[in-house]
Amino acid sequence: MIGKLLTFLTGVVFAIGLGVSEMTRPEKILAFLDLFGDWDPSLLIVMGAGVGVYLIFQKIIRAKLSPVCAVDYTLPKPGAIDKRLILGATFFGFGWGLLGLCPGPAVTIMSTLKPELFLFLASVGIGQYLASIKL
Amino acid sequence: METFTPITALIGGLLIGLASAAYLYLQGRYCGISGMVSDIVQRHPNFRFSIFFLLGLVFGGFLLNFVYPKALDVNFLLPWPGVILAGLLVGFGSKLGGGCTSGHGICGCGMLDKRSMTAVAVFLVVAMTTATILYHYFIGDPHP
Repeated sequence: MIGKLLTFLTGVVFAIGLGVSEMTRPEKILAFLDLFGDWDPSLLIVMGAGVGVYLIFQKIIRAKLSPVCAVDYTLPKPGAIDKRLILGATFFGFGWGLLGLCPGPAVTIMSTLKPELFLFLASVGIGQYLASIKL
Repeated sequence: METFTPITALIGGLLIGLASAAYLYLQGRYCGISGMVSDIVQRHPNFRFSIFFLLGLVFGGFLLNFVYPKALDVNFLLPWPGVILAGLLVGFGSKLGGGCTSGHGICGCGMLDKRSMTAVAVFLVVAMTTATILYHYFIGDPHP
C-alpha cells in the first residue's frame, strides 16, 4: 500500500512539473512547434532540465538501489533502430503537431472536464489497440 | 505578452525529472505515460501501479488550481474531428514506436538510449513540420 501511495505522490509531483512549465497547455506546445511567428523555446528548457536530472539520478539509483515495488529493473534493451520505431515516432509526431497534446498533459488536465480530453484519451486508447493487433 | 518562460520551464523540467527518477526507484520501469495508459487498456500485470500514478497526475492537475492556475488555461485549436484524429495518431504512434514524450523523451534520453534519441528527433521534426504548416499557413499563430 505504501508503494501505491508513493507512486500516486510521484504522479502528483509530475503533474505539478508539467503545470508550472505550462506543458499542460496545447497553445504553449504549439508556440514551440510552430517555428514561425512568436516562437517560444520553453519546451526545450523543460526537456533539457528533465533529461539532465534523470540522467544523474538514474545512474545513482540503478547502481545503489533496488526497486521498491518490483523484483528488478525492467528497462527496454538497447536494440536496432527499426522501421517500427521510425514509423511510430512519425505517427506520434504528426498527431502531437496537429493538436499540441500528448498523453501526460491530457491526463493531468482531466479535472478541467473539457469534453475534448475524453475524446482525445479514448482515441489514444483505440489507436494503441489498433497498433497492438497489427503486431 | 511574455511567451518565453525560462524560469518556470526550468522549475517544471526539474520536477518532471525528479518524479521520473522517483518512479524508476519505485517501479524499476520507465515513467512513460503512453505505456501506463496502454497497461490499463491491456491489463498489464503492473496496471494497478499505473492507475495510481495516473490518479496522481489527475489529482496534481486539480491542485494546479491553487498552485499555478495558469496551467489550466487550456484551449484546443481544432474542432472535434481533429481532436479524434490527433488522439488516434498519438495512440497508434506511441504504441508502435514504444513511447511518447515522457518515455522516450525524458527517460530514454536520460538513459542515453539511441533508440529513444532517434524517436525524439523524428517526432520533433514531424511535429514541427506539421504545426508550422498547419498553424502558420492555415489556422493562425497560436498565442499562449
